[in-house]
Amino acid sequence: MYPEGSPIADQRAPAGPIESRWDRRRFSARLVNPANRRNRSVIVVGTGLAGGAAAATLAELGYQVKSFCYQDSPRRAHSIAAQGGINAAKNYRNDGDSVHRLFYDTVKGGDFRSRESNVHRLAQISVEIIDQCVAQGVPFAREYGGLLDTRSFGGAQVSRTFYARGQTGQQLLLGAYQALERQISAGRVEMHPRTEMLDLIVVDDRARGIVVRDLVSGAVSTHFADAVVLATGGYGNVFHLSTNAKGCNTTAIWRAHRRGALFANPCFTQIHPTCIPISGDHQSKLTLMSESLRNDGRVWVPSNPLDSRAPNDIPETERDYFLERMYPSFGNLVPRDIASRAAKNISDEKRGVYLDFADAIERLGSLAVEQRYGNLFEMYQRITGDDPYKTPMRIYPAVHYTMGGLWVDYDLRSTIPGLYVIGEANFSDHGANRLGASALMQGLADGYFVLPGVIGDYLADAPFEALDDSHPVVADTVSEVRGRVKTLLAVNGDRTVESFHRELGRLMWDECGMERNEAGLRKALERIPELREEFWQRVKVPGTGEQLNQELEKAGRVADFFELAELMCVDALHRAESCGGHFRSESQTPDGEALRDDANYSYVAAWEYTGVGQPPVLHKEELVFEHVTPSTRSYS
Amino acid sequence: MSTVPSVGDVDTIGLYRTTIGKKAVMAVTGVALLLYVVAHMVGNLTIFSGAEAIDGYGRWLREIGAVWPTRVALLVCVALHFVAAYQLTARARKARGRYEHRRRVQGSYAARTMRWGGVILALFVVYHLLDLTVGWLNPNGVPGEIHANVVADFQHWYVVLAYTVAVLALGFHIRHGVWSATQTLGVTTSRVIGLGVAVVVCAGFLSVPFAVFTGLVS
Amino acid sequence: MKLTLRIWRQSGATGRLVDYALDDLSPDMSFLEALDVLNERLITSGQEPVAFDHDCREGICGMCGLMINGMAHGPEKATTACQLHLRHFRDGDVVTVEPWRAEPFPVVRDLVVDRSAFDRIVAAGGYISVPAGSAPDAHATPVPKPDADTAFEAAACIGCGACVAACPNGSGMLFTAAKATHLGVLPQGQPERYSRARDMVAEHDALGFGGCTNTGECTSACPKGIPLTTIARLNADLLRAHTTRSDR
Repeated sequence: MYPEGSPIADQRAPAGPIESRWDRRRFSARLVNPANRRNRSVIVVGTGLAGGAAAATLAELGYQVKSFCYQDSPRRAHSIAAQGGINAAKNYRNDGDSVHRLFYDTVKGGDFRSRESNVHRLAQISVEIIDQCVAQGVPFAREYGGLLDTRSFGGAQVSRTFYARGQTGQQLLLGAYQALERQISAGRVEMHPRTEMLDLIVVDDRARGIVVRDLVSGAVSTHFADAVVLATGGYGNVFHLSTNAKGCNTTAIWRAHRRGALFANPCFTQIHPTCIPISGDHQSKLTLMSESLRNDGRVWVPSNPLDSRAPNDIPETERDYFLERMYPSFGNLVPRDIASRAAKNISDEKRGVYLDFADAIERLGSLAVEQRYGNLFEMYQRITGDDPYKTPMRIYPAVHYTMGGLWVDYDLRSTIPGLYVIGEANFSDHGANRLGASALMQGLADGYFVLPGVIGDYLADAPFEALDDSHPVVADTVSEVRGRVKTLLAVNGDRTVESFHRELGRLMWDECGMERNEAGLRKALERIPELREEFWQRVKVPGTGEQLNQELEKAGRVADFFELAELMCVDALHRAESCGGHFRSESQTPDGEALRDDANYSYVAAWEYTGVGQPPVLHKEELVFEHVTPSTRSYS
Repeated sequence: MSTVPSVGDVDTIGLYRTTIGKKAVMAVTGVALLLYVVAHMVGNLTIFSGAEAIDGYGRWLREIGAVWPTRVALLVCVALHFVAAYQLTARARKARGRYEHRRRVQGSYAARTMRWGGVILALFVVYHLLDLTVGWLNPNGVPGEIHANVVADFQHWYVVLAYTVAVLALGFHIRHGVWSATQTLGVTTSRVIGLGVAVVVCAGFLSVPFAVFTGLVS
Repeated sequence: MKLTLRIWRQSGATGRLVDYALDDLSPDMSFLEALDVLNERLITSGQEPVAFDHDCREGICGMCGLMINGMAHGPEKATTACQLHLRHFRDGDVVTVEPWRAEPFPVVRDLVVDRSAFDRIVAAGGYISVPAGSAPDAHATPVPKPDADTAFEAAACIGCGACVAACPNGSGMLFTAAKATHLGVLPQGQPERYSRARDMVAEHDALGFGGCTNTGECTSACPKGIPLTTIARLNADLLRAHTTRSDR
C-alpha cells in the first residue's frame, strides 16, 4: 500500500540537558546583522496567532515581510474563535506547577508521540508569552487584587490556564493583529488580505515564493522572498463538519506537500467532546463549547440507554456520571480524546450526553456561574433555544484540531529548505492528542519566539538570486495554477462543491473519525479516489475566474481535501495501534481504553508525496524519550 | 505638528479639523446658548409680578449694558454652532449609506430631529426677533413696552400655537443636545438630565403665552 | 418553513433587489444556512450564487455582516447574522437582505463589502508598542479588576462594521472608541493613550467616516454590545490630546 523510504531525523535540536537545548540552539544559530535584515525578505501566509505574531515579530526585527490571508482582514483568522485559554507554567497559584510539569503533562497528554525537545521548549516559552500578551494589552481575567486569574483545563491537575472570559483566542489574536498593523503602518509589512496562496514556488531546492489568487479580482500573481513561512492552520474541514471556520483549508500546506514537504501524522485529529449537537441536514458547521465548562459542569448519560425522558425528569439515581466514575482522579477534566471516546462508548450519536450545571449553580450561585460562563451559555441558548441555567446542555463530539501537519525540525523548517511551518499547520508539539489551552500557547510560541529566534540561521545565506515570472520554474508553477482554475470552471457538471464536500466529510467521519478499523479504512481508501474522480467529472462551478467567486475558492479547497483525505486514511491504516486521538478498534484494552504499541509505532510518520492516487512513501522519525518514560496513560 | 497654529497649549485648528473637535465646538456653543435660554426664561417669568416688573427688568438690562455684548456673543455662538453643524451634516450625508429598506432601532425622536429641529429653531428666532425685539410683526409693537407687546401677541391663538411649536422644538433640541454635549465633552451622563432640563425650559417658556391666553396675565 | 429572501445583487457599479422564494427551511437553521440552501439551488439551476462574507459562523470573527430587514445583523439583539436562527422569523415572511452601506465600505459584490478602512484605523495607532521579547513579568503591573473589565468589554469588538452600517452619519466612532478604550484604560496603554486617540480619530476622519451625533444606533446594532461610554472616553482623550502640548 505504501513503500517505506529512508528514516529521517531532526538534525537541529542540540543533544544534552533538555533545559538548555533552546538556549544552545539559539546560540548556535547564525544571526543576520540588523543592517542587513532589511535586505532579507520573508513571506508569511496566514495571520492567526502563529502567522500574525511571526509577521509582526520578523518585521520588528527589521526583515521585509509580506503577509497574506484569505479573510478580508488579518484580524479574522480562526485563532479568534479559541475560547478557553492559554497554558503557561507561571506557577502563580503555587500549586506545584513548573516548566517541567507542563512539559510532562504535554508529552503525556500527547500519548508519547511528540518530541521531547520541542515540547520542553514550548513549556519554557509559555512563561514569556503571557508577559508579552499582558504588555500588549490583552485583557486577561483578573482577580480583585489586580493579578491574573487562572483556571484548570483537561489533562492537568494544576491551574495554569490564563483566560479572557470565553474569548481568549480573540483577545490574543487582536494583540498579534495590533502588533502586525503597527508594522504595516511603519511600512515593514506589506499586507495582502483576501488573497489565497495556491502554490509554492521552489527554485533550486529552496522555497522562494508563492503563487496567489486575488480573491476580489481573480488575478493570479507571484510573490518572491528569501523564505516562506506557512501559518495556515489545520485541516479539520476535511470532515466537512467541524468547529473550524468555513474557510479553513489545507491548500497551502497540501500544495507545499506536493512540492516536496513531508506531511507528518496526518491521521492525528482531535475530536472535542463538548460541542453543540447537529440540528439538521443543512448544518454548515459545529460550534464548540469551551472545555473550561468541564471545570464546573458534570457530564452524564441516563443509566438506562432507552430512557427517553427529558433530562430534568431523570432522577439523580438514574444518571451515570461516567467520567467521574471511570476516571476518579481527573473526573470531568480528563483530556479530550478520553472524554470523547468514553462518551461515544457509553452512548451513541442519537442519545443524549448531558453537561449539567445544576450542582455548580447550587454550590456557587447562578451569578458566579454566569460570570464564568455567561457568554458560553448565551451562545448555547442562541443556537439551540434551550436555557442551560434550567436544562442540562446537550453535547456532541466534533472535529476540532489536527495534530498532524507538515513535518518540521526543531527550527520549524520543513523538508524544503527555506520553507518554515508554524502553528497548527505543522505537526510538532502535540503528539497524538493536544491538551486544552495548548494550541494558543504553541501558535504564539512559534510566532513570537521560536521562528524569529532561528530563522536568521537560514537567512544568513540570503539574499538569494532575484526571481521574476520569466524563470522557467516560476512560469511552470503559475501555469499549473492557472490551468487548475480553468479546469475547475470548465467541468461544468451537475453537482455542487458542497455536495461533494458533505459526502467526503461523512465518509471521513464514519471511517476515519473517532474510531478507526482496517475494514473501514480500506473501504474509505476505495471510495475516496472514486469520489475524487467524480468530482473532477461532475463538479459545477459557476461564474468566471476573473471575479470574486466563492464557489471557485471552495472548489479548489475541496479538491485538495480529497487528496489529503486519502493520505489520512493511509496513515490511519498503517498505524495499527491506538494512541491519543487515533483509536484503532483492533488495538484496545479489555476495558476499552487505547492500547499503544511503543515497540512498533514510537515514531513520527512523515509521508512523501509521489503523485495523485500514487502510494506515498513513509519516512519514520524515531521518537526518543530521555526525560519522560512512556507509560500507559492513566487518568483514573 | 509644530506648524499647526495654536493658542497657548490648545491646538485649535488641529482640534477643529477632527469631527470630534467640531462636535466639541457645537457642545460648548450649545451649552452657552442653553445658559442664555435659561436666563431668558427666568427673565420672562417676571411677567407674573406685573407689567412694571418685566418692563423694569428690560430697562435694567439696557442700563447695565448687557444687551449688545449678549447679542454679539449669541451671534458668534449661533454662527459657530451652525457652521460646525453644517459641516458635520455635509460630511454625514456623504458618508452614510442609502438603504432600500431601513429600520431605526434606537427610538430617540429627539436625536433624529436635531438638524431639522435646529433649522426650525433658527427660523423661529428670526420671527421672534421681528415680533418681540424689533416689534414689526407685533400687534402692539412699541419697543420697551414688553408687557403690552407680550399680552397683545398671545391674545391670538395662532401666535400661541407658533410659540408652542417652537418651544417644543427647543425642548427636543435640548433633550438630546444636553446629553450629546456632555458625551462629546467626555462625560457620559444620564439621559434623564437632558429630559429634565428640556421639561423645565419648556414649562417656563410656555407658562407665559398660556397665562396670557387664558387671561391669567393681562 | 417558507421565506422570501429579497436580496441585493450587484456585480458592477450598481445593483438591485431580487426575490427568491425558499419553502423547505427549518426554524433551527441559521440565517446563513438559509443562504447556503439558496446558493445550492442557484448553482444547480445554473445561476451564480449570492456572494456573502462569512467564516467562523460562531459570532466571533466579524466576517459576516448583513442588513436584514433594515437592521444590522437582523432583529435579534447582540447576535451576529451567523448566529441568527430562522426561529426568529415567521413562516411566510419577506426578508430584505442588503450589504452594509457606507461611503468608506464600498460594495465588492452582492452582499460583500470592503471594510479595510477599519484595519487602517487600527494601523494608525490602535496598539501598544511593545516588540516581542521586551515585556516585563505579567504580574509586574497589577490592573484593578474594574479597569480590566472595562478594557475587556471594549476589547470584545469583533470589527464587523455593524456600527457603521447602522449609523445615520456613517460614523466609525464606536469601533474607534472601542479600541481606544480597550487600550486606554489599561496601565500598559497609558504612554500612547493621547497620541493613539489623536491618530486614530485623524485616520477615521480621513477615511471619510461621518462624525458621531450620539444617536446610539451603533450600540443597539453592535452584536457585542459595546457601550456608548467608550465614545465619551475617546472624546475626552481626543480633547486632551489637542489641548495639552506635551502630548503632541
